[in-house]
Amino acid sequence: MNVLEQIQQGVISYKPPAVKAACELALSEGLEPQRIVQEGLIAGMAVVGGKFRRNEVFVPEVMIAARAMQAGLSVVKPLLSHSEVKALGTVVIGTVKGDMHDIGKNLVAMMLEGAGFHVVDLGINTAPLRFVQAVQENAAQVVGISSLITNTLPSMKETIQALQQAGLRRQVKIIVGGAPVSQAFADKLGADAYAADAAAAVDKVKEMLGLAV
Amino acid sequence: MGRDLPTVIIAERINPTGRQRFAADLLRGDLTYVKEEALRQAAAGAEILDVNVGVAGIDEPQALREAVRLVMDTVEQPLCLDSSNPEALAAALDVYRGKALVNSVTAEEASLAEILPLVAQHRAAVVALPHDERGISPDPGERIRLAGRILERAAALGISASDVIVDAIVMAVSADGGAALVTLETLRRLRDELGVNTTVGASNISFGLPDRLTLNLTFLAMAIQNGLTAPITDPLLPGLRRLCRSADLILAKDEWAMRYLDDYRRYPPS
Repeated sequence: MNVLEQIQQGVISYKPPAVKAACELALSEGLEPQRIVQEGLIAGMAVVGGKFRRNEVFVPEVMIAARAMQAGLSVVKPLLSHSEVKALGTVVIGTVKGDMHDIGKNLVAMMLEGAGFHVVDLGINTAPLRFVQAVQENAAQVVGISSLITNTLPSMKETIQALQQAGLRRQVKIIVGGAPVSQAFADKLGADAYAADAAAAVDKVKEMLGLAV
Repeated sequence: MGRDLPTVIIAERINPTGRQRFAADLLRGDLTYVKEEALRQAAAGAEILDVNVGVAGIDEPQALREAVRLVMDTVEQPLCLDSSNPEALAAALDVYRGKALVNSVTAEEASLAEILPLVAQHRAAVVALPHDERGISPDPGERIRLAGRILERAAALGISASDVIVDAIVMAVSADGGAALVTLETLRRLRDELGVNTTVGASNISFGLPDRLTLNLTFLAMAIQNGLTAPITDPLLPGLRRLCRSADLILAKDEWAMRYLDDYRRYPPS
């Protein structure tokens, strides 16, 4: 097994220390940091994402796989140039104002990172203006908005309006999700996409940016 | 409902979240499913029926009022009016006969100011979620503190502690391995320090995991021992009602096993 396969295997079998060690080994062998990320960490996470979609692995396994990936990234990331970090694009993500739910949003964030995106996670109870600021500060291409309660759905609308008013609507693609959200509601809001689960969210984000799914 | 009394099942199935067809029916004003679920859950042994009609784009005050009317005319069980929209709650409380349970108030200032006066005005009871603007605390002590704040604010409006059911808040163990322990400790302290009735949305525990039934039932038994008096759950889950009756018997909340045996006769093992 070469070192890139070791990294993949470490992510797939949820072993943060093994992934970290394999990344250090890869660097000492002179592999390009970008290649370690793409062909090691992200390739491993893609396998986990596929299994998750097929119900072969479950939420705790995705979480620990993401942690393994992060352990590897902590070694490699400092060596990546700025442009390399943002290879696929930047996604700002958060749960809307008034809503405290975060598991689904966290899963989407992890899967996006695992797919190679730079993710800016604003957390829960996020005011519309914080979304706007984060898009401006990070020159994001995508905004992900989560709402799990019917009563906070208006916050979703306000967030999209705030992005419009700030003149950012053409710059960013908007994807929405959460239990009470549907494709029909997303259309009504004027969002660019709706995803029913974390794996679908990654596909939709790639699709919106014209990347291969 | 109380610490030495049998467990009360609040039935959760009249809720369109995650049920696309029910959501579509509600948007068209078709309440057939509401009626069917009311009958089905009552037959399965539900003691209180939660009614939630929250769908994106619905006229919630009108929809909740009509759904509550229909369920009241269909079954005898008391209802739990479930919405975070004060106007919807007011509309439903206006037509409700008897003592309603309102679901829910939080420790957020806006929620305390909007929901509690409605509860007081209609002499209803209320489910209290002990979180504030900062979100849900992983610290049982903080949840107890916020529950205490809600109880104080309720008392100031003449709502007695016996009319407040505190939700100990269940988070998924798939995302945080310690989540259930936090809930169980919160339940114990709510019982021992505040002496209040308690609820949980029991099925949250198993989010993201396979074979949710076993996890849900196992957690429910543990929660009842730790002070849970009125879970919000799905009474159609196989074994759920009998588990509650069994736990009550084991914890000496069912003298001479009368309820357990009544349950056995009413629902004989197949």
